Amino acid sequence: MVDQRSDDPSAALARYARARKKRILRERIIEGVLFLAACVSVLTTVGIVYVLLKESLVFFTKVPIWEFLTDTEWTPLFAEPRFGIWVLMSGTITSSLVALSIAIPLGTIIAIYLSEFAGHRTRETLKPILELLSGVPTIIYGYFALLFVTPLLQRIYPELPGFNVLSAGLVMGLMIIPYVSSLSEDAMRAVPMSLREGSYAMGATKLQTALFVVFPAALSGVASAYILGISRAVGETMILAVAAGMQPSLSFNPLEPAATITSYIVQVALGDLPHGSIGYQTIFAAGLSLLVLTLCFNLAGHWLRRRFREAY
Amino acid sequence: MSRPLDPAEVRALIRRHRRWDLMFGILGLISLAIGILTLLTLFIDMAITGIPRLSAEFFTSFPSRRASQAGILSAWVGSILVMMVTAIVAVPLGIAGAVYLEEYARRNWLTDVIEINITNLAGVPSIIYGLLALGLFIYTFGLGQSILTAGLTLALLILPIVITTTREALRSIPQYIREGAYACGASRWQVIRHHLLPYGTPGILTGVIIGLSRAIGETAPIITIGALTFIAFLPPVPFTGEPPAGLFDWLNSPFTVMPIQIFNWTSRPDPAFHQNAAAASFVLVFMTLGMNALAIWLRYRLRKNIAW
Repeated sequence: MVDQRSDDPSAALARYARARKKRILRERIIEGVLFLAACVSVLTTVGIVYVLLKESLVFFTKVPIWEFLTDTEWTPLFAEPRFGIWVLMSGTITSSLVALSIAIPLGTIIAIYLSEFAGHRTRETLKPILELLSGVPTIIYGYFALLFVTPLLQRIYPELPGFNVLSAGLVMGLMIIPYVSSLSEDAMRAVPMSLREGSYAMGATKLQTALFVVFPAALSGVASAYILGISRAVGETMILAVAAGMQPSLSFNPLEPAATITSYIVQVALGDLPHGSIGYQTIFAAGLSLLVLTLCFNLAGHWLRRRFREAY
Repeated sequence: MSRPLDPAEVRALIRRHRRWDLMFGILGLISLAIGILTLLTLFIDMAITGIPRLSAEFFTSFPSRRASQAGILSAWVGSILVMMVTAIVAVPLGIAGAVYLEEYARRNWLTDVIEINITNLAGVPSIIYGLLALGLFIYTFGLGQSILTAGLTLALLILPIVITTTREALRSIPQYIREGAYACGASRWQVIRHHLLPYGTPGILTGVIIGLSRAIGETAPIITIGALTFIAFLPPVPFTGEPPAGLFDWLNSPFTVMPIQIFNWTSRPDPAFHQNAAAASFVLVFMTLGMNALAIWLRYRLRKNIAW
């Protein structure tokens, strides 16, 4: 391109300086926009905390927090409402314990098997198939727990009610297996080969190496896999809402129906509670308890990762 | 010092340990089989119960009081519209956020806060997002129980997934690509626009599809915002109403989605509705697994064209 003014070097320089300024400005604007996009996640957290605290604070002016933590009944929609969060908490704890008693042993065994015993081909085909377990929508697991697993369990134990924590918890445990196994396996595979070689050189077998060398070395990763499994179990909603019934009772018996924090929120949302009523506020107080619970597990996970980190 | 072992004892010891190895191998296989058999049982049970109900009418009928006439028309249309909103919001936001964190962010406390925050958000139960939407989108911003609210809620829910996978995709691009582009005089944004985003596309797309396949199966947050379960009409067709306001009528429409319809049918006592639930579950599983398969295929196809 031949420019008429190109013989004048000072004009060319000035044009160059303008273009440069424009370009720098454009780059600044783009960076600003990208920064704002990155801040959306922070705003989400702020929004969650704000909404939960705002409604819960109103709730706690009507119901003393002491009563909330110590009462043994949860009947917020009765004429004489009682608000004991432990009733819902017991359902959450029972169902999570049932789920974890399936997911943690099976997930750990699968992780050790895939990382230390299985060949490359087996691992590469079976791992994605297993991960499909966590890709199935949870509502379908709810259907499966209510209409397949419960009738199956009733054949073994006929007195089992149609809604129970046991079958919901079992199905939930199966769903959580891939969360535990995939992360644990990644952690075990990250253990350097030299540790295994050292162990084999001492005459240890595969199993001994896996259990006494690789597993302890990967403990921080395995622990965070467990934590992830626990927080999935605690926050799981639909399986419990469909298959565990929604009857609040302060009991740790998995053979009975129970309400959990999450299924209570679903139950209230299905009904038609006016905005601002105490029933409406209870779901935010319940949600806050749930958030605090999962936050505790996340913090425990951070701590465990630091505490047991092995540097190679 | 104990006496030296004689060879027969050593051989017995080795045999015993080999047996332990073998037993653990079998235990591992059994555990894997439990997981995979569960998946198979789930599919087979759904297929046996549901497939007889799958017909053209099932896809083109509205929900009904009579189980044999009920269909999933409003549910699958609602699911697709909500997914559109979710994708339109979550994809640009997620990619932009990831580009900022990976390519621009300096190491300071603010970046640390954003990163820790994203990790923690990924662990927040989905029902909490429903409460956020109820308190914020519905009662503070007044968006109502609409397609827009549901789409925004699910977009916030999958944002951490999109951000994390996009960052991984960007991180896997070798540093010399950036250096080469800078050496030719490209600005930072030009490097991103012309090199990093195109090369990162397979990874980014995988993340987006996995995020959407998670969103399409989410039930709890949608129930929490109070989506109706009995919707016997369709939202207006997007972008066809009177311009300018009519173009966005569909965003404010009440709606139902596949998981809600399944929940509704599952919680009825009549077994005929359970059959409908199985059929709808079958369709939903095909949608999610189809999306996952698409993600795997895309990653494979697009990766083949890039040779670092």
